[in-house]
Amino acid sequence: MKVAITSTGSTLESTLDQRFGRCSYFVIYDTETKGIEFLPNPNRDVQDGAGPASVQIVASRGAEKVISGEFGFKIKSLLESLKIQMIVLKEPGKKISEIMELLND
Amino acid sequence: MSPRPHRLRKISNPPLISGFKPYGDKLKQENGPGIFLHLEEYEAIRLCDHEMLSHQQAAVMMAVSRPTLTRIHSSARKKIADAMVNGRQIIIEGGKIFYDSDWHLCSRCACYFNNPEKLTPVKECPLCHSPEFSNVTDFEK
Repeated sequence: MKVAITSTGSTLESTLDQRFGRCSYFVIYDTETKGIEFLPNPNRDVQDGAGPASVQIVASRGAEKVISGEFGFKIKSLLESLKIQMIVLKEPGKKISEIMELLND
Repeated sequence: MSPRPHRLRKISNPPLISGFKPYGDKLKQENGPGIFLHLEEYEAIRLCDHEMLSHQQAAVMMAVSRPTLTRIHSSARKKIADAMVNGRQIIIEGGKIFYDSDWHLCSRCACYFNNPEKLTPVKECPLCHSPEFSNVTDFEK
């Protein structure tokens, strides 16, 4: 199952990015193959519509869950309609590797 | 001048059914047009009459004021009574709403999560797989 995680950097030591639409990187983690993909976010500095465009990226990679610190209003209803589960983790210092470990539990 | 924008009501889950059709011997063929029960009216009936919440609690869940909820609820009851008395069809459709599923808080990893698969109940936290979590009613980011 694929999980999308917003990240501040491109390594496993990077921390969870607290925003979804304008995060620095998206991490696509496959819990079955244990494959990891780091995608830089092209919508980071876009003026408008960063949220829905980011939802596009995540959905096109087949993610079923998304982990971030916060989801904007437009993003919430979009992810709901796509049936992608949202997980809000309000811990800015949480590392990507730690999150992956929790998922593997 | 255009009227002020409508305040949308929050619905947790869409209804399982699309409506009701009356049946019976004494029913004439066309007993009047179908009654449209708005989705927020369905939700008000669900919260107040099925879940037995108070008007105050239901108003919080639907993100409206208590007087508004009372109006929605009594409008719903009136429509259902009309349908029952006059043998009219109930169609559940329409209304000024937005969907927002119930949110839960995991007791172990303190993450908030929702349940987009509304028909299957939540069994464990999607992050740490702990079976211990609580319901959050007024989660707003």
